[in-house]
Amino acid sequence: MSRALTLFDKLWEAHEIVRREDGESLLWVDRHFVHEGSFHAFSRVAERKAHVAEPSLTFGVADHYVPTRGGRTTIANPEIARMVQQLEENTTKHHIRLFGLHDPRQGIVHVIGPEQGLTLPGLLIVCGDSHTSTHGALGAFAFGIGASEVAHVLMTQTIWQRKPKRMRISIEGKLGPGIAAKDIALAAIARIGADGATGHAIEFAGSTIRDLSIEGRLTLCNMSIEAGGRCGMVAPDATTFAYLKGRPHAPQCSDFDQAIEAWSMLASDTQASFDRDVRMEASDIAPIVTWGTSPEDALPIDAAVPDPAKEPNEARAKYLREALDYMGIAPGRKLTDIKVDRVFIGSCTNSRIEDLRAAAAILNGRTSKVPGLVSAGSSLVKRQAEEEGLDRIFRDAGLEWGESGCSMCVGINGDLVPSGERCASTTNRNFRGRQGPGARTHLMSPAMVAAAAVTGHLADVRPLMAGRTI
Amino acid sequence: MDKFTQLTATACPLEIENLNTDMILPARFLKWPRSRGLGQALLRDLRFDAQDREQADFPLSRPAWCDARIMVGSRNFGCGSSREAAVYALYDYGIRCVIAPSFGDIFSGNAVQNGLLTAVVSEQEAAEIMAALVNAPSMPLTVDLEQQTIICGNKNYPFAIDPVRRLRLLNGWDDLDLTASYRDSIATFKTRDRAVRPWAAVREN
Repeated sequence: MSRALTLFDKLWEAHEIVRREDGESLLWVDRHFVHEGSFHAFSRVAERKAHVAEPSLTFGVADHYVPTRGGRTTIANPEIARMVQQLEENTTKHHIRLFGLHDPRQGIVHVIGPEQGLTLPGLLIVCGDSHTSTHGALGAFAFGIGASEVAHVLMTQTIWQRKPKRMRISIEGKLGPGIAAKDIALAAIARIGADGATGHAIEFAGSTIRDLSIEGRLTLCNMSIEAGGRCGMVAPDATTFAYLKGRPHAPQCSDFDQAIEAWSMLASDTQASFDRDVRMEASDIAPIVTWGTSPEDALPIDAAVPDPAKEPNEARAKYLREALDYMGIAPGRKLTDIKVDRVFIGSCTNSRIEDLRAAAAILNGRTSKVPGLVSAGSSLVKRQAEEEGLDRIFRDAGLEWGESGCSMCVGINGDLVPSGERCASTTNRNFRGRQGPGARTHLMSPAMVAAAAVTGHLADVRPLMAGRTI
Repeated sequence: MDKFTQLTATACPLEIENLNTDMILPARFLKWPRSRGLGQALLRDLRFDAQDREQADFPLSRPAWCDARIMVGSRNFGCGSSREAAVYALYDYGIRCVIAPSFGDIFSGNAVQNGLLTAVVSEQEAAEIMAALVNAPSMPLTVDLEQQTIICGNKNYPFAIDPVRRLRLLNGWDDLDLTASYRDSIATFKTRDRAVRPWAAVREN
């Protein structure tokens, strides 16, 4: 008798080499990405005097430390230069293909994987970066791992895992104008909490998800980790296949047609059951911004921040006080009354061409009241944006047009929000100090960042959309 | 990897929900090789102010807790970034066990790889243990991995941990040695998989 399986069950079974009696499984890894931060893992390989088992299945990407401003022929900061050089040395030594600083395809690992067709439905993909969940947008089982596991994958092309539980987040209906995948992600995290999906593999389903572009699905799956999810995924469909057709490393011609046949089987069976089911209505989702220091601290833009004095639970009240204190926001303040000091558009969450188009649609012909940086997710996205004239819109608005990289999301490559400043940002983490020590981050969609730029405060993008299409 | 069986030591309460790995180890220390001493970078921006002055009122700065080898935290400890160096910072500072109601998945995976025990108790139990430590700061806790219990004063709390992780910590097992014993299974899988999923190969362009 055939069993009803979820998409995740199917992906898991296809990669299971052995399952031990104790419940741990050894899984085959189809694609492995390394970046400058993977040096701890390469050190472990060296300590063991081991070699890389399958060098053709690992890809190096320079993204976390690369500068985005002031030219890239030389890197001024010697420590940063050393990080980029170390990646070049390690990948060369182990015969790993590198998308290095000067490669025309360089970019953020979670942008260029899909862009190059290295990310495909049905693959198991790992990387020493928690936002590896992004790749699940194409129907892959993709998750972030630590340095010891990176070393293990390098040496064996496998990884030990215990099967997580299965969670489905279904969203039905049509999104309102100006509402994007980022709003869905923040709404879902606010609903279930920053640990709401811990120990779970998330499948995003429902008509709203089916209507999302691949760019939107990538944003949504990217943020799965901010709900604690082991991974996030969307079943591959016609949108997925159209996106992948002709990508450099995707199967081509008749191979592609055969692949589509196999990929079309990768959907949850109708009778399949999930350990947890969460349902949301698209019509309930408004433009959302975060106000605190965890992505779960998210509210619709017309709301006010919480007042700890009105919170009966003492532990919760303490949390609210500390978050508001760090963020420099008075209790009960309306979100739209919060002024911003700068804006950032970029990161593996929201730096793809559609993200840049959405922000540009709002900024076109307008001036930003605050300084800001736009960093495309890849050098190819940057080139496409320039061909579409988006760079001119950003520059004319007064924003800086940078090179591609992790940039102002991660606080390690020279792009920092100065201490005490408030940044409206398309990134994924509003953690204390994430964008630099003392930096205050508000997460939101690219269009909402553009709205904050033109008004100088957190603002609803919808009134700014008259006569414009996002 | 060092084994973990039982530990009796001072424990530092740290009542911070969603204590992410960016806070445990700020990003600017990620460039450091471990040999440079990541223990000093642990919770750096909470322990020290912008002028690098130690904050006397921060729990880990207090004389009673600065030598703690156990930490008691809040919900979603170690969420966020996959940086394993957050575990190195805890371990190199001297912490061998973190007790909390829940942990980030990647963090707890990284912890077991490095001999750091992550012990799960309920929210209520974590709050009780923290309160006991605030009342008697120098009271040691005993964490017994064989028995899966925490002894706090005259109270005894059971804790949860994945049984495989428990065995790995008790024995100091290394993943790689284990995987080596499955070399033939891996080779068999690879051959079969190439036939079943030809599309999974990397297309050279």
